[in-house]
Amino acid sequence: MIKDILRTPSFLWTAAVLLALLLVPFFAGRFYVYILAVVFVTGLLAMSLNLLVGHGGAYQFHHCVFYGVGAYTAGLILAKTSLPAWLGLCAGPLAAALTGLVIGAFCVRLNKLYFGMLQISLGSLIWIVALRWYDLTNGDDGIHGIPMPELLSGSVNAYYFLLIIVSACLALMYLILKSPFGATLRAVRDNPQRCEAVGIDVRRHQLLAIVIGTFFAGVAGVLFVVLEGSVFPDMLFWVLSLEIFIMCLLGGWFTFFGPMLGAAIMVALRTFVGSYTDYWTLILGVVLILLIFFLPEGIMGVNFRSWQRRRERRRSADDVR
Amino acid sequence: MLQVEHLQKSFSDFKAVDGADLRVGQGDLVAVIGPNGAGKTTLFNLITGHLQPDKGRILFKGEDISHLPAHQVCRKGIARSFQIANIFPRLTVFRNVQVSVLSQKNLSRTMFRPARRMVVEETRQILDRVGLNDQQLALAGSLSHGDKRILEIAIALGNEPELLILDEPTAGMSPDETAATMALVQRLAREQGLTILFCEHDMDVVFNVATSIMVMQQGRTILQATPEEVRQNITVQEAYLGGA
Repeated sequence: MIKDILRTPSFLWTAAVLLALLLVPFFAGRFYVYILAVVFVTGLLAMSLNLLVGHGGAYQFHHCVFYGVGAYTAGLILAKTSLPAWLGLCAGPLAAALTGLVIGAFCVRLNKLYFGMLQISLGSLIWIVALRWYDLTNGDDGIHGIPMPELLSGSVNAYYFLLIIVSACLALMYLILKSPFGATLRAVRDNPQRCEAVGIDVRRHQLLAIVIGTFFAGVAGVLFVVLEGSVFPDMLFWVLSLEIFIMCLLGGWFTFFGPMLGAAIMVALRTFVGSYTDYWTLILGVVLILLIFFLPEGIMGVNFRSWQRRRERRRSADDVR
Repeated sequence: MLQVEHLQKSFSDFKAVDGADLRVGQGDLVAVIGPNGAGKTTLFNLITGHLQPDKGRILFKGEDISHLPAHQVCRKGIARSFQIANIFPRLTVFRNVQVSVLSQKNLSRTMFRPARRMVVEETRQILDRVGLNDQQLALAGSLSHGDKRILEIAIALGNEPELLILDEPTAGMSPDETAATMALVQRLAREQGLTILFCEHDMDVVFNVATSIMVMQQGRTILQATPEEVRQNITVQEAYLGGA
């Protein structure tokens, strides 16, 4: 299997990109290093959502709640307890996955839009806790100046930590999506009724996917804390959930890297266009309209298809992808 | 092998199935016929667990499966195809069948192992058997209508069923495709010892292929008998064959 991976052209590309990213802090300014780190966090969040939406076909409408739960868990443990820092960092994703399990267990009993509506309601309950429970969460002020272990403090250190963790998470996601579990998940997306008829327990499969997806969202939340040293209730607000949904659509929601690309575009738009005008979302709106008309499968969706056709022609019929 | 006893199912006030009885023996090719709305598809959905019956029993190999959910019924050895081509349109033909084979072998939840190396032989054999081998890399959604219906049967075969239920396997097919599909169904029954239960509107097909025919009208079983007996039965002629 390892040999397999080493031989694919996409592996060489990935290695080249990784190498370039490793070198960025040596020649780019601190600002750009920071922006890249923001792309990593947001991109990981978007990809964890896409695992459920693009590949799993779930109506995961309020995904950022799990991002927030991960961030708050880590932030609270680091800021308010004397427990070791690594414990806080590990607890974040686990808390997110547990929340995903509980909310998901209710949601998978419902179909499509009802799934989404219930998730928005249950997720908003958690948002309200973060917003109103002043004694614990400082309410709408959020928690700032969260202490970080020395190894992770400073923007370059944080950058490398994020790069390593995000790469590891993407590798894991890639393996999962290529496995029988991933193949079955896409089958559930395409046709849940047919899946039941071939003996797949659709609800359990979806719930397992939700636990995995929310785990990675929790990882993204923890990475946000490492990068920013703060958490605030907006991380759990539904507007962010919509934003990451847009990232998936923008980048290509039937592709693997698409959401990461979508996140990069959104972050770039907000940072660079946002510095000229407050109305940068106007440009986003125009981009989205054009996208829906001309590239309904997202930016990478198009590339992916023509590339795949070329590859299929090259491969003989006995090689099955 | 399969025994349906006085099954009933209502949707609010409408009695879709109102006393259906059915016997399917090992190796039989049983056809269910009846006018539109007679309850054939509902009956199949009840057997496969996609719907739960209000009354009556469904026995499969002596075991009561009346209230099992669909995915468990499938585990007992009953696979089905649907009336409308019911496939995974965004997956390749190969993947469509592979997903079903993986499920049969309890590998659906395996992570961290690449799926493209798993159950390749089994999947290819099935594609070979139904004649879809040339198209295994095509997206299932891009197949012709006839091939989609064949693919459906292939997906069902992935479950290594003992009883295969086909809901109008030739609906919307050209006469050539119909003949080819029914030849395939007969071959499967013969070569693999599959027991097959199907419903069909084309009377020529039914009387040529079936070893036993069950006639339904308004949710009720009128009779189940051999093709000759059914042909001679007057009630049936009035109900369905237009008194011909």
